[in-house]
Parts: sequence; structure tokens; C-alpha cells
Amino acid sequence: MARKTQLLPKIALGVVGWAVALWIFFPIFWMVLTGFKTEMDAISTPPHLIFHPTLQSYHDVFAQENYWHFTFNTVLMSVFATGGALLLGVPAAYSMAFFPGKRTRGTLLWMLSTRMLPPVGVLVPVYLIARSTHLLDTIIGLGIINLLTNLPIIVWMLYTFFKEVPVPILEAGRMDGANRWQEISVVLLPLALPGIASTALLSLILCWNEAFWSLNLTSSNAAPLASFIASFSSPEGLFFAKLSAASTLAVAPILVFGWFSQKQLVRGLTFGAVK
Amino acid sequence: MAKVELRDIRKTYHAEEIIKGVSLDINDEEFVVFVGPSGCGKSTLLRMIAGLEEISAGDLLIDGKRVNDIEPAKRGLAMVFQSYALYPHMNVYQNMEFGLKLAGMPEPERRQKINDVAKTLQLDSYLKHKPGQLSGGQRQRVAIGRAIVRNPKVFLFDEPLSNLDAALRGQMRVELATLHRRLKATTIYVTHDQVEAMTMADKIVVLQKGVVEQVGSPLELYHHPRNLFVARFIGSPPMNFLPVTVRSVTENGIVVALDHGAPVTVPVLPGETASAEAMTLGIRPEHIVLDPQGEITGTIRMVERLGALTLLHVALPDGALIIVQTDGDHGGEVDAPVGLRLLAENCHLFDARGMALTKLVRHRLAG
Amino acid sequence: MFRSWSLTMEAVIATPERVKRKSGAGVFLSPAVIILLIWSLIPLVLTLWYSFQNYNLVDPTLKGFAGFSNYVYLLTDPDFLYALLNTVLLVLGVLVISVGGGVLLAVLYDQDFFGRGIARVLVISPFFVMPTVSALLWKNLMLHPIYGVYSAFMRAIGLQPIDWLAHYPMQTVMMIVAWEWLPFAVLILLTAVQSLDHEQKEAARMDGAGPIARFRYIILPHLSRAITVVIMIETIYLLTVFAEISVTTSGGPGVASTNLAFLIYSRALLQFDIGGASAGGVIAIIIANIIAAFLVRAVARNLEA
Repeated sequence: MARKTQLLPKIALGVVGWAVALWIFFPIFWMVLTGFKTEMDAISTPPHLIFHPTLQSYHDVFAQENYWHFTFNTVLMSVFATGGALLLGVPAAYSMAFFPGKRTRGTLLWMLSTRMLPPVGVLVPVYLIARSTHLLDTIIGLGIINLLTNLPIIVWMLYTFFKEVPVPILEAGRMDGANRWQEISVVLLPLALPGIASTALLSLILCWNEAFWSLNLTSSNAAPLASFIASFSSPEGLFFAKLSAASTLAVAPILVFGWFSQKQLVRGLTFGAVK
Repeated sequence: MAKVELRDIRKTYHAEEIIKGVSLDINDEEFVVFVGPSGCGKSTLLRMIAGLEEISAGDLLIDGKRVNDIEPAKRGLAMVFQSYALYPHMNVYQNMEFGLKLAGMPEPERRQKINDVAKTLQLDSYLKHKPGQLSGGQRQRVAIGRAIVRNPKVFLFDEPLSNLDAALRGQMRVELATLHRRLKATTIYVTHDQVEAMTMADKIVVLQKGVVEQVGSPLELYHHPRNLFVARFIGSPPMNFLPVTVRSVTENGIVVALDHGAPVTVPVLPGETASAEAMTLGIRPEHIVLDPQGEITGTIRMVERLGALTLLHVALPDGALIIVQTDGDHGGEVDAPVGLRLLAENCHLFDARGMALTKLVRHRLAG
Repeated sequence: MFRSWSLTMEAVIATPERVKRKSGAGVFLSPAVIILLIWSLIPLVLTLWYSFQNYNLVDPTLKGFAGFSNYVYLLTDPDFLYALLNTVLLVLGVLVISVGGGVLLAVLYDQDFFGRGIARVLVISPFFVMPTVSALLWKNLMLHPIYGVYSAFMRAIGLQPIDWLAHYPMQTVMMIVAWEWLPFAVLILLTAVQSLDHEQKEAARMDGAGPIARFRYIILPHLSRAITVVIMIETIYLLTVFAEISVTTSGGPGVASTNLAFLIYSRALLQFDIGGASAGGVIAIIIANIIAAFLVRAVARNLEA
């Protein structure tokens, strides 16, 4: 009796849960599907669910643009920006979490508020500065911008993780003779590793998907995947299948990466809001 | 091993003095317990000795050498934290090894040492385990082992047993005392539990609001508390306090009158006591005996049977409740009237400022 | 600005008093602070400077101090007010959809059903898709008036397909952005729901609380901190939405879907008016701070708890 009354809502929940999930995911599914269609199939009305899959669009994409060049740029830029932000962020978060002073709070808030600057508001000077320092259209230049953009959020995330580390463990390290560097590297970092990993993951995802600075500060040399996509999206001569194939290529690495790391990522995204 | 001296040590936080000038000598091989209610500064004092808190003023000497400005690890101390503070990402062996490694001890020597200590603490079969896989008692042992391997001159314990259950706490108390007898290292131990203090200490330091109230052996504090605070803090169940008025001063002590009852002669040095002065009489529950002819009468309000003992909560005519300890076979009933006799030689008298008057005879075990 | 922030963040930053190592820990903080100071100040100062200049890339003869003319020109421009309104609408709309939907979905995916883990992964996937791609995806594959799946669907049920981006540009952009940010909200809120103490839920049941009462009095209050975080992070990004507009509507038709970010962009890069664009930038910065201050005040109590 009790089982029966519980089974029905459970099935209903499952149906609703899956329906919503499929609906939300559908555009991505359709994009991948369209990438394997011919251009004719891609614009057929009504759309075909069953068709002859072809790799033609992928051939075309690879023939038109050097996908690996863009991917390489994106990966390099993301890793550079993330690494740099962690390198600056870890010591900053360490000192804010464990040696809070009168100005600590203000500093953290101010850091976050810099993040509220609309990038477009400072586009002109940043563009001019990048041009005069020869950082325009370089991976380093774009990396620095992404580093700076993400640094406040990275410091905030690291700060919340570090605050969860029990202070007596660091003190035990000090009693054991660890100097400051050993205290951070041997005691604190391994303890906060899950948090640091999720911070790095978020930073990588944000860098990978960044579009504004990518489109405005790079042209060919350092162009990341955001620019790669842009080159397939000009309204004249829009080819749905090719666009889908290119989009799939641009999104797939980070999407798969995100799927595998989602558990890890979730830990950090809560910014200390979940106790 | 080591002597620790505190010379007018002070600690100020945001212009507020938390430790208000503590001077103390801790002798070699001595087991000293800092005890006091929470917020009394005992942990802060310990952490200042450890080097985890800066000393705002005063001198800290270890073996005659001023160590105020010396890094914690270089003071030759080891500390066991309340939360154990084990490194969760290292196994038991690595936890004990960390300090030795940082100190540059060669590998074979480290291995030898850790294995020895692990054996004595019965940790040898857990060396590869991470702290998360151990029980509370085992973690406690690892924390102690981590302190022992470093061969410190002084051991510091910050409420190490407070996270254990009652049975384990009793067992660890015995183990710690045994360990101290074997290692003979100077030990400073912080607790809020006066049972721990009484059972383990050579010397107890009672602190309140950053001030040392009394220093002495457990029985000295028990039988000769210097003031009301110490009298109230040491002993369980606590000492009873009754308001009294001085009747006369004789060579056998001070004759005081209870509010309701016959006068009692308390054998203390009168000092400048004047007749009619208001004082407080303190008496421990085990020093009140049931006697129909006793000085005071009251009504039993509650009976706590502990088996070996029975505690009677007795209401006096003025409503005040006192605790009387009797043997376990006492058949007292709630609401029954009782007569009580105070053992005068065990009474304490406190003046208006709460200071105890010196007793004529010192307790034979109080040193 | 900082004042309101600091009130809010009290809870985040309130720390028990701790020992200081003797040497200043500021050394560790300073590289990040200095670099962010440079990053936030220099462009800001330069933007301010340009905003008072006559500076147009296509007209080199026009030079020199412009006074407030760039600001006057901008503030009296109806396009500007429209863009301002759109910015606010976009932020609020997406917040309502993603927080409201996020709470419901978080509760839904906290329930036990077959294949829940996979369903969750599908739901959060849009968060990993870059904005340019999601904009293209929706514009062409989903909402295209002729070839889009949604149009085909409408035809199939006997309705006339709608050219969404032409007729409801702002709502459509809002929907696309919400599709990107709803997963983020679900991700955080689901974690928060799962962290709810089971005994608390059971105690509420013992007290006779039905599912709705449990949601209203137990789950929702428990989520308030997480909701605050979602709102703060999303606002940061929603104020600066750019790619979605640029790809789908280019701000049009007219300025129907132009927000401040896109307006400044079109001034600077399409009309080469550096002075005007900089003035817009300064105003955008001020507005961002005002919105943030309002928002923060509204949610302040939650963060302090």
C-alpha cells in the first residue's frame, strides 16, 4: 500500500525531471546533430531527425579555418590566465583569510567591485594601451586581460576555501617548524586542494567562453575559439551544417571537460553560501 | 629538561588587556595545569608560551633564556591541540615525521624514532592510516605521538581531552599521567575540567580574567583556597557558602553565628577581624554530617544517589540550598527534616573582599 | 558604494581574532591588490579623460577639450535611455527566470528518480557553452523563422511561425541569456538544497508540514544565502551582456535590443566616436555601481545571517 502510493509520484517526478532536462539540453543536442547533416538536410522543413550522417561539414570547417590554431590559442590563453590568477590569488587569499586586518574586508569588496566595471566602459583605453604595449593580438595580452577579469572572483573563492581550513592545523605546522612558504605549500594547499581545483576549473571555463575581449583585442595571431566561431557566422552565406559543426568543435572540449569535472566544480561555485 | 619562567607576562588585544601580568615559575619535570572558566585567558597564556601569540609585555624564559622573539619551532616545545590538528592529507607516519623532516633529521633516525614512539602509543599498526580513518582516541594518540617524537623540552596541551567521551577521557588521563612519569618532561596543560586538574597536576594555576588567582598543589587548592573564586571553582560538588556574622575572636579561632543556628568556632587566624563583621563561611559537602543535634536544621529537597555516595540538597530556613554528602546507604527522603553539624576544623572563612582567612592548622597533604 | 558592500559582506568576512605572524602578511596581498588597482584605475582614468575630449577616429580635425558635451549629447539621446532601460530589464528578467526556475529545478533534481545524475548533467550543460555559440544556436537552429526547430514545431501544431528576434528582440535575447544562466543557478542551488539537514526536513514532517509548507518554511529560507550568491555573480555578468546581442540582433531592430554595453560598443567601434563612447563607459560604470548598491542592499540581510 505504502509502496504503491509512493511509486506513482516517483514516476511522475522522473518524467518531469527528464522532460525538463531534455528540453534544456535540446539546443545542444540539435547543434551536434546538425553538424552531421548535409546543408540540404540542415535546412529541410520540417527538420529531419533521421538522415544520412556525413562528415562533410567538418571537412569544410577544417578546410576553411585552422581549428587547431584557435584551440591551441584558447587553451594556452586559458591556462596562462588561470595559472597567473592562482599565483596572485593564493597569497592574497591566504593573507586575507588568516591575517585579516582592518582593511581586509574593504580590500575584498573593492576587488569584487572592480569586477562590476563593464568591460565595454574601458574598452577604448584598454585597446589603446594594448596597442602601444604591443600586446594587441597576442596570447599574453588576452591572457592578462582574462587574468585580471577573473582575479577578483578567484580571490573570493579561494578566500572562502581557506577560511574553512582549521587554523590549528596551520599552527601545528608552525609548531613543527614550517616557515611561511612551507606552511602554504605543504600544509595549506594540499588541504584546500579540492577548492583550488574547482577555482581553477571555473576560471578555465570563464576564459574559454570569454567573447568580448577575444573579439576586440585579437584578430588572427592570437584569436581564440570565440573568433573561430565568429568567422562562420557572417549573415551572408550562412551554412547551418557548417556552423553547427564549427560550434560543436568550439564547445565540445569545454563541455566534456565540464561534464567530467562538474562534481568538483560545484564545490567551489557556492562561494561559501552552502555550509 | 627545562624550566619555564613567566615574568609579568601581558597580552593586549585592541587596547584591552586579556592577560594582566602573570608571573610564574614552572620547574623542570613539573606537570602544571592551567585551569579556569572559559575566557579566563588560560589558552591564550599557553599559546603565548608556544609562540603562537605575541607577548605584548613581559618576559618568557625557557631554561633562563628569553624566548619572546623566537619562532615557535625553535623554542623546543611541542603542542597537542584541542582539535588534534593532525594533517588530514598525511598518514600517521607522515604526521609524526613532518616536524622531524623540517628539522633536518636524517631518514634512518626518523624512522627509528617514529617506530619507537608508535610502539609505545600502540599506533604501530596504524602508521599507514590517514587521520580520517582513526577513532577519536587514536587521533589523540597520534597528536601526542607527533609531540613526543620531537623530543621537546616542554609539552603543551590545550584541552586535549575535551573532544573525547567520558570513558575514554578517564583512560587518557591515566595514560597521560603515566607518560609524564616516564618521559619526565616539563608539561603545561590547559583545561577547564577541574577533575583533570586535580588528578594530573603537580601544580595547579587557577586563572580568572587574565589574573592568577592561586598557584599550588591540588590538595593545597582544595583545602586552602586563597579566595572565594578558587574555593568555588575547585571541588565537585562545589563548596557550600553561608553568610555569617562574627561573634567574637578567640585564640581557637573566630566564633561566627549563622543566620539560623548555633554559633561555630572556625579555627583561623583572626588578623584584623572585628566583632559583628559580616563574613562568608565555606564548607564542602563532605564536611557536613547529619546530626539531629547539629547547629542547623533544614529540609531535604532532592536526593542524588551516586551509588557509593548520596548527595542531599538541603534547604535551610532562609531558603538557601546546600549540598550535603552522605554515604550511599543513607535513606534520606525528600521533604524530610534533617539536622546538620558542620565540621568546624574544615570550615573556611572569607572576608568581605572574598579573601580566605589563614587556617590555624594546615592540611597534612596540602604541602 | 563601499559602505553598503561592507555591510553586506560582514558575514562573509567576519573572522575570529587570530594571531599575527610577526612580519606583515600584506606582502602576500599586495601583488594582487596592486595589479587590480592598476587594472581598475588606469583604464578608468583614461576613460574619464577621453570622455571630456573631442575624439573621433574618422575626423582627426575634431580635437581638444569637449567639456560635458559628450555627456550632454549622450544623456539627451533617446537611444541612451532606451539602452539603459534594456540593461535593467535584461538583468532583472534573467535574474527572475534563473533564480525562480533554479529554485524549482534544484528541488526537482534533489528528488530521487531514474537517471537523475544524467538528467542533472544535461541541465547544467548550457553553462559550459560559450555565449557566441549559444546565441548562434538559438538564432539559427532554434528560432529561425523558416528553418528553426521551434518554427517547425509551431507549423506542426497549426500556428504561424514567429520571427522572434524581429518581433520580440529584447524578450528573445533575455530568454537566450536565461538559458545560459539558469544552469548556473541550478548548480549552486542544488548543492544548497542537498546540504539541508535531513533531520530538519523530518522534524518539519513530524510537525505536520506538507510539501508546500516544507518548501516555503524550510527549504526556501535555507536557500537564501545561495540565492544571494547567484544574484550577485549573475548580476556581474548580466550587466555586461554583449556577445548574445551582437550575434543575434546587433542591438536592433533600431535600438530595440541595445543595452548599454552594446550602445557603447556601437559608438566606439561602429561610429569611431571615442569621446562619446568613453562618456558612455563612465555612465555605464556609474550605473553598474548604482544597480549593484541597490541589489546588495536588498539582499544584505541574507548575507549577514
